[in-house]
Amino acid sequence: MKKEYIYKRFERFWHWSQASLIMFLSLTGFEVHDSIHVFGFEKAVMYHRIAAYLLLALIVFAIFWHFTTGEWKQYIPSFKNLKAQIRYYTVGIFNKEGHPTRKTALQKLNPLQVLTYLSFKIVLIPLVVITGVLYMLHKQVDANSMVIIGKIPLDVIAIGHTFGAFMLITFLIVHVYMTTTGRTLTSNIKAMITGYEELEDVDEPETDKKVKKEKDSIAA
Amino acid sequence: MDKMSIRMARNIILVFVVAFVALLAINYFHQQPEPNLKLEVLKNKYAIKDTASVDHSLFTSLQQKFTSPQEVTMACLECHNGTHKEIMASAHWNWERVSYIEGRGIKNIGKKNILNNFCIGAESNEQACAKCHIGFGMSDDQFDFENKKNVDCMVCHDNSELYIKGTSLAGYPDREVNLTEVAQHVGNPQKANCGACHFYSGGGNNVKHGDLEEGIIGCDREVDVHMTAGGMDMECTACHTTQNHDISGKLYSVSSNNVNRATCESCHSNTPHHEQLLNTHTAKVSCQACHIPTYAKVNSTKMNWKWSEAGRLENGLAFTEEDSLGNHTYMSIKGSFEWDKNIQPDYVWFNGNADHYLLGDTIDDSKIVTMNQLIGSHSDPESKIVPVKIHRGDQIYDKKYKMLIQPKLYSFDSGDSAYWVDFNWNDAAAAGMKRIGLPYSGEYGFVQTEMYWPINHMVAPKEQAVSCAECHNSTNSRLAGLDDFYMPGRDKHAILDKIGRYAIILALAGIFIHGFARFFQTSNWKKQQNWKPENKILKRQHGE
Repeated sequence: MKKEYIYKRFERFWHWSQASLIMFLSLTGFEVHDSIHVFGFEKAVMYHRIAAYLLLALIVFAIFWHFTTGEWKQYIPSFKNLKAQIRYYTVGIFNKEGHPTRKTALQKLNPLQVLTYLSFKIVLIPLVVITGVLYMLHKQVDANSMVIIGKIPLDVIAIGHTFGAFMLITFLIVHVYMTTTGRTLTSNIKAMITGYEELEDVDEPETDKKVKKEKDSIAA
Repeated sequence: MDKMSIRMARNIILVFVVAFVALLAINYFHQQPEPNLKLEVLKNKYAIKDTASVDHSLFTSLQQKFTSPQEVTMACLECHNGTHKEIMASAHWNWERVSYIEGRGIKNIGKKNILNNFCIGAESNEQACAKCHIGFGMSDDQFDFENKKNVDCMVCHDNSELYIKGTSLAGYPDREVNLTEVAQHVGNPQKANCGACHFYSGGGNNVKHGDLEEGIIGCDREVDVHMTAGGMDMECTACHTTQNHDISGKLYSVSSNNVNRATCESCHSNTPHHEQLLNTHTAKVSCQACHIPTYAKVNSTKMNWKWSEAGRLENGLAFTEEDSLGNHTYMSIKGSFEWDKNIQPDYVWFNGNADHYLLGDTIDDSKIVTMNQLIGSHSDPESKIVPVKIHRGDQIYDKKYKMLIQPKLYSFDSGDSAYWVDFNWNDAAAAGMKRIGLPYSGEYGFVQTEMYWPINHMVAPKEQAVSCAECHNSTNSRLAGLDDFYMPGRDKHAILDKIGRYAIILALAGIFIHGFARFFQTSNWKKQQNWKPENKILKRQHGE
């Protein structure tokens, strides 16, 4: 047993603020969609816009963080162990088998997570952000600037944005459930709050040794 | 400095920083609503009322006993010696304008020759209809439009409120009017001058427009913010700006072209709101659509007129019936009516151009005939959503030639084919159609018609403007009828919503099943391993 610092301070801030913004945007967004009634249409539109600007700002910081820290490398997809990971979630987990991959600060995502989060980052978020920005700018007072964005039918933009919203909610449901598949039911969530996660001591495989060496050399 | 005092200093600085940030936040989030400066500028401008620069009662040429209205006109023209030319170029005088209608070309159309679904049309009925002509003596189609003596200056410029046109006197004033008194008290047109015709058109107060009626004279702010008595109390010509007697503004029951209109934007601009989100609406939504939530706020307006029911007599005599508010519900000479009050408008796309039923057009009598079609669509960048009153009814048409009929309604004498005297549709139709030079087969029927009246007056206080959710909702949107575009809140893609709902349900079902299986398997496994808490620790220690 050892406690390892996995999620950096900005990472946790980014994760939780993004999570709350997405939930708030879903709430207000589906009110604009006339599916639920909480704040009233007018307020829902206003809150949705404010939250959208906050999310855009957060995304700018997150992109900066990913590139300056090199964390983006966490999301390079690998199909190695992917099958094993899928097997774990569908079979192994019921037989109390161990996780087929190990979590470290340098490799905190399993191959299935990498694929999921990568598509979250480069498909789902861009979909809702781009359609959202187009939605916001669709109507202009000035007929001249209506020409470009106004040419895209609003229903196309709205369908894309709504589809993204449904996918985000589906993701959220599964994502929250998957956090319970750590060492204990709450260990993953605790880790995302404190940054530290208790990881099981296993004999370090060759690759991990190499990683550790690299880490040591960086530290040195 | 010792450690204590450093910590102390740090805490003090922290308190100051927190307080400063809190004050900034309070200041930022709790601003007083800023006054709308654009509006304040306009209020200041229109608060100053015009005062007459001359006193007409002092002119010697007006200090005489006038025995005919033409003498008054000639007296006016002594000083205003070119003004009759301006009048003679106006639609108020000519009852027609040169208009271009898409697909039809250039047409001379106007009150003279356009049919409506109220009293139908003026031709052959001039003696009565000319009560609203700014001239004297238009008793038939032989009126001399070149004779300056027949220009009626007083109907628009009387400020004594003594001048009224006589009933069925071909535009001559009532015989009781003291012309000298009127001539000495002329000035800029007041609401009552314009209202003399525009309030009472169609045979009574507020019959036609719904948003123009005597109730806006001396009204309160709830009725109209611009014409509030004791408030801005603006005159019609404040918005319907006029140059050389060419008055801006259009009534699309008789007009066709998007020229010389009176618009809200000419004063208020197309970005009048603080809230940018509202300003972007002005690209597609007219000011009136949100700011006139209801019309006919003071008195009822006519919504339906069935000519087909005219002609019922009691003991051989014409009669009328009224509802509790004093509105006619039946008149033997006109048929049956429906009235309404405080009405939520209908909404249509409109780009300022209109088509009309023109005399001689053939109709499809199985459908409702549109008397005036307001042209526009969502895809047209010039179009905006405007509120309208739709007046429905039925009226006489030629069953064989499929044409609307101009009936002769008015005559002073019986036996002159006039329906209002003789109650014979066949004679009235034959006489009317003969006058306009169109054939009549002798077979008449009644066809359903509708007519669109844009609503522009009775602007409500801003607190009463149509709220977002009144249009942006999926169950009872005000714009439910305009389905050629996607509107957030009103429209949904049904299949996408279904897919989305199933995706969420599947996800929930999936985690429920997976979680249940995990729980079930875990408890089984614990049993098999004879699991106890202390074993767990042991196993951990042994690295299992």
